Amino acid sequence: MTSLGTEHDHWFDDAAGRLIRPYTVSNGRTEPTLRMELLSMVIATGRRPPGQLGPEHAQALGLCGTVTTVAEVAARLRLPAVVAKILLSDLVDWGVVDTRAPDPIADSSNPAVLETILNALQRRL
Amino acid sequence: MPFNDDSDGFPSALKLLIAGGFGVGKTTFVGTVSEIEPLHTEELLTTASVGTDRLTGVERKSTTTVAMDFGRITISGRHVLYLFGTPGQERFWFMWDELSNGAMGAVVLADTRRLEDCFPAVDFFESRGIGFLVAVNEFDTTCRYQTDDLRDALDLKPDIPIVLCDARDRRSATGVLINLMRHLLTSRAQR
Repeated sequence: MTSLGTEHDHWFDDAAGRLIRPYTVSNGRTEPTLRMELLSMVIATGRRPPGQLGPEHAQALGLCGTVTTVAEVAARLRLPAVVAKILLSDLVDWGVVDTRAPDPIADSSNPAVLETILNALQRRL
Repeated sequence: MPFNDDSDGFPSALKLLIAGGFGVGKTTFVGTVSEIEPLHTEELLTTASVGTDRLTGVERKSTTTVAMDFGRITISGRHVLYLFGTPGQERFWFMWDELSNGAMGAVVLADTRRLEDCFPAVDFFESRGIGFLVAVNEFDTTCRYQTDDLRDALDLKPDIPIVLCDARDRRSATGVLINLMRHLLTSRAQR
């Protein structure tokens, strides 16, 4: 695993693993305030947070500069997905992140979407 | 408020599953086709467990942490493909229900030395009606098997494609995904 190379490295030690327990960052909460999926999309709104963000919330927000998924934020924070969902749902509640749930049925059953993917994959050969 | 309509500028994330037995090359496959290094996370999945305790016979829900690797292929500004390697241990098969929820399709990777390892994945996708193909990951370059023989050994229905691949090779692995898309299009047209 390559280093993440950014400010959140100090939470992770290659030998010891995470230096704080995952649920510490969520104040012991185990449920996000908003139902989020691994493939829910998230992006920063650009609005200012209502107050000073804690370091984990700030890290999560920092990963939402371009549109990304809950799964990617979790992986890059090296946190279980459920903890990333708690952080991100807080950010959504505070208006600093927008999210959209995946709509797999609409997309997977659409032949035009399948064709688009097929063509894009062929261009990668 | 979260947005829920299609006009909000968010791309759609589409899920493909890369399944198969332990050590068959799922993570290698994901890494080969992904535009980013494979990422790793843990998700709490709900499992229905048949009680062996005092609540004998009562089916209880419990949650278990499942580790998974995934990669990404950006299709366009509107669609992004995510490839999830399913947990390889057979004892986790019951978790795929939640993992497979909303999956567009699946690749079942098979190793000819341990063909039976992919049976649970084949059974699972057949029973859930998720479109899939079987990709035989050849660890050596000599092609010792005909796909018809493998089809018989796997007892695959005639409409399920079976292809040979090298999960380490980008063209080969991408070709598997192309075959899967063609299969999904064909089976959709026949419905």
